[in-house]
Amino acid sequence: MSPFDVHAVRADFPIFARQVNGYPLAYLDSASTAQKPRAVIDSMVQLYETSYANVHRGVYTLGQESTALYEAARETVRAFLGASSTREIIFTRDATEALNLVAYSYGRANLGPGDVIVSTELEHHSNLVPWQVLARETGATLRFIHIDDHGSLMLEELDEIAAAGNVKLLAVVDQSNSLGTRVPVRTLADWVHGQGGVLVVDGAQSAPHRPIDVGALGADFFAFSGHKLCGPSGAGGLYGRRELLEAMPPFLTGGEMIRSVRLERTSWNELPWKFEAGTPAIAEVIGMGAAIEYLTRIGLDAIHEHEAGITRYCLERLDEVPGVRVLGPEDPAERGGVVSFTLEGVHPHDVAEILDSVAVCVRAGHHCTQPVMERLGVPATTRASFYLYTLPEEIDRLVEGLHRVRRTFRL
Amino acid sequence: MDDLYRDHILDHYKDPRNYGPMDDPDVSAEGQNPLCGDQLSIDLKVHDGTIADIRFHGRGCAISQAATSMLTEMVMGRPVDEVAALGREDIVEEVGIPLSPVRLKCALLGLGTLKVALHRHLGTPLPEGWAGMDEVDWR
Repeated sequence: MSPFDVHAVRADFPIFARQVNGYPLAYLDSASTAQKPRAVIDSMVQLYETSYANVHRGVYTLGQESTALYEAARETVRAFLGASSTREIIFTRDATEALNLVAYSYGRANLGPGDVIVSTELEHHSNLVPWQVLARETGATLRFIHIDDHGSLMLEELDEIAAAGNVKLLAVVDQSNSLGTRVPVRTLADWVHGQGGVLVVDGAQSAPHRPIDVGALGADFFAFSGHKLCGPSGAGGLYGRRELLEAMPPFLTGGEMIRSVRLERTSWNELPWKFEAGTPAIAEVIGMGAAIEYLTRIGLDAIHEHEAGITRYCLERLDEVPGVRVLGPEDPAERGGVVSFTLEGVHPHDVAEILDSVAVCVRAGHHCTQPVMERLGVPATTRASFYLYTLPEEIDRLVEGLHRVRRTFRL
Repeated sequence: MDDLYRDHILDHYKDPRNYGPMDDPDVSAEGQNPLCGDQLSIDLKVHDGTIADIRFHGRGCAISQAATSMLTEMVMGRPVDEVAALGREDIVEEVGIPLSPVRLKCALLGLGTLKVALHRHLGTPLPEGWAGMDEVDWR
């Protein structure tokens, strides 16, 4: 494999030809959604121009080609996550839908009054709200692992939760979207399995950025979004351990997910199609497959290493801006390619607005993690997040932009 | 961008008028912008159908804080029913800067919250277009 070359990578992304407000684009919001390489765009255009038809239905040539491409994407995802069978890979709209699938289907069939669902204070709302709803509907209790001042989970709280017993499920994020905190998922997997419960991992922020092996991670379920790993929006996936999926009732019902339907009863299709009711996001799934092939060609290890370098550089440079407070883990090794910060005297929205005037795209707000914001005592943060195409020069422009913010606010 | 952070905006942001909690208000309301988590409280004293005193506090961006500060100056001493009838354009004109759709929400947070307080005081429903402003839930 050739050595990682960020400039060669950038040439694969048409959007970087774009200027905003007369400046070249410095896209520092990949934790929200990633930009798309030509290979992904082409895969979808090619499908629509040459092979598009519905999947698993048509006996004609186009239907067969679409089906083959769609199912090839499933094999790509299987290999990407280290799953043992494509039957364990369910296509969903995104990680949110994948997590909801687990909460509705596994949760309602397996949890009841007195059972305990464990989650953490670090979660994105998408891995929090479904469990709140599930707890309310089943009578289960929701308990939390809290975070310390640096946004790391206080694992010592596990003992107290274990002592109270009845833990049936632990839902945890692999990497925090708002702080970048990397969570020791393997440790949590061993703990929850020791309690007789299952582990649900929100991998939306980890799968795009480093190699994943669901077996090594100890995940019973693993959710991810395609659009964060350079695929189109509208496709994502869920890995589920086969025996769990086999025993689960369907999530959505309708066409595709059935074996035979009579007016009053129906038998379900086999895995994974039991969980894919209706016409799926065909082109998006195929585009997601192309994205994973693209990332795999470059190498997830190389991508991770590149981002780690950018993150260290960003932390160093932010240190020189007066009034900047970086949130999250102090040790860069415990952090993915996400840097969340506040600038004293200026609200994050104003920071982001002024940065946009020099085409530096960052996210401002609570990042769908209001409990994290509350715990750290900030209403919102400015977040810069990185990917395989991020340049050190873009960090320089971020820092120059922050000086501009301070000048604008006469600080 | 330079249009946005004009002197009067920064002045009201850094030195907000009528800022802070009020003892024993006649009516209060809270507003929030769920997109960014910004929060705002407005307290009022009403005498003889006019706004005798208004104070606000909360946290938010320069636009939402400055617009609310200007709003308090704008409505102080004016009849309640007149203020309750203020429209979006009135505050937009007062703020006097070009606003994108996202920032328009920031600029209108104060007026929306004030409307909740006034209609609460008058016992009248929120007008169409402002519905939902009173459905906030925070401490």
